[in-house]
Amino acid sequence: MPEASTRTATLKVYRGDREKGEFKTYKVPVEAGMVVLDAIHYIQQNFDPELAVRWNCKAAKCGSCSGEVNGMPSLMCKTRMDKFRPDEEIMVQPIKTFPIIKDLVTDVSWNYEVNKRITPFTPAEDANWTFYQEDIDRVQEFRKCIECFLCQNVCHVLRDHDRKDTFMGPRFMVRTAGLEMHPLDEADRLKFLKEEGHIGYCNITKCCTEVCPEDIHITDNAIIPLKERVVDEFYDPIGKFIRGVLGVDKKKAKK
Amino acid sequence: MTQSKLTEKVPTSNSEPAYSGATARTDNWWVEPLLVAIVFTAFGIYATYRAFENQYYEFGPYLSPFYSPNMKEFFPDLPFSAALLILPFPLAFRATCYYYRKAYYRSYFAHPPGCAVTWFKRKGYTGEFDFPFNLQNLHRYAFYFAVPIVLILWYDALKTLWYDGGLHLSVLTLVMLANCALLSGYTFGCHACRHLVGGHLDSFSCPENKHSYKKWQRVTALNEKHQEWAWTSLISVAITDIYIRMACTNPSLAFQLF
Repeated sequence: MPEASTRTATLKVYRGDREKGEFKTYKVPVEAGMVVLDAIHYIQQNFDPELAVRWNCKAAKCGSCSGEVNGMPSLMCKTRMDKFRPDEEIMVQPIKTFPIIKDLVTDVSWNYEVNKRITPFTPAEDANWTFYQEDIDRVQEFRKCIECFLCQNVCHVLRDHDRKDTFMGPRFMVRTAGLEMHPLDEADRLKFLKEEGHIGYCNITKCCTEVCPEDIHITDNAIIPLKERVVDEFYDPIGKFIRGVLGVDKKKAKK
Repeated sequence: MTQSKLTEKVPTSNSEPAYSGATARTDNWWVEPLLVAIVFTAFGIYATYRAFENQYYEFGPYLSPFYSPNMKEFFPDLPFSAALLILPFPLAFRATCYYYRKAYYRSYFAHPPGCAVTWFKRKGYTGEFDFPFNLQNLHRYAFYFAVPIVLILWYDALKTLWYDGGLHLSVLTLVMLANCALLSGYTFGCHACRHLVGGHLDSFSCPENKHSYKKWQRVTALNEKHQEWAWTSLISVAITDIYIRMACTNPSLAFQLF
């Protein structure tokens, strides 16, 4: 039989919308193995059934319960209550980068609009669909993404400088990397990356990698390799000249 | 430069009442960028001083990494410190390095100072897209210059094993060899190198790319610890130079083993 809770945590949770709201304080009993999302559910069940929170799996696989806990972007279902000191007040906010709908729920639909701009997987008509592990290792990592948008939220280009007008953000560089490095893909997205997705806005500060709950090495394995491919195409005149003199076809050279 | 719009609707980030101040983080996020700034600044001051000092960089077969290759052999009447001809190349390599970019954008430019910490908001922010920061795209050229410098440093260290017709070993030689090993780990694990040896390929399985795949795997293994290589090699360069400078004034400090 589980032991009765001996500790109470204090949570300060944002209640309101984009224009009007306040932080409300709740006392929640802490049980073994409890996560912040459990505490939010406790508040819903015991104090305030109107508290809005988006969640689904509670297993860090659906990417729904993104929030900011004590200022750090994280999945609420993956943030354990026992990591906080007993006397520590736990502040729970919605993610900052996308407009608040209500309480902890934000409107992340901008991301789906950006996604539509990326040329989808484009295999050759006569593609040989035999795959080898060494070819798929790199792109498999990118398929782990659960679209929690924590990387988009923490990226200072989107969060602080509000460049959602021109910058696609780390999530979509991960998706583009998965397509560009795919051995069967034939499309070329480098011009799009440079001139529409503005990969150059990224200054490699790696916050996206730090907050990724799937431990995808976003910066090292997706963004930097894409930046280097953009360099091949637009910023390396000597390399381009040599490839031209040698008659190296870009797509064939990549295969 | 005209920039095309990515989406029709452009939402803005939330502000008050949900957010106020620079951050709600309660951990010591400021410690790392502060330490980075202190160490970078200390190294920069020391390296500048040594570059202009123009003495105490060579004794016997030992040559400081700040003054290698020994330009005085080629230009004996050089009117200024030879280090000023050499140091721009490793400086360019480190300044455009993908790891150091993270470190100094956080520590010196505060863009951002820490994750989810807002010190500056600028609507016209363009990162590395416009001049001068688009020069970061030339990192691979800096890599091309860094490779021969590392090879020359290996030559400098190995030549201290054999001189005056005999085999010798000193603690200073071991320090120089360790410095070369750390610099090699840093240089050959760089992201530009990783791209050039195989990262640009989409398929590793076809027979003509098998060698590239092996090279890419080796560089990737180094690259996974690029930050560690960057720090240890920076510190080892400073230690090697300090040691040689001390040994120039007191040769017994080289601790000749045989």
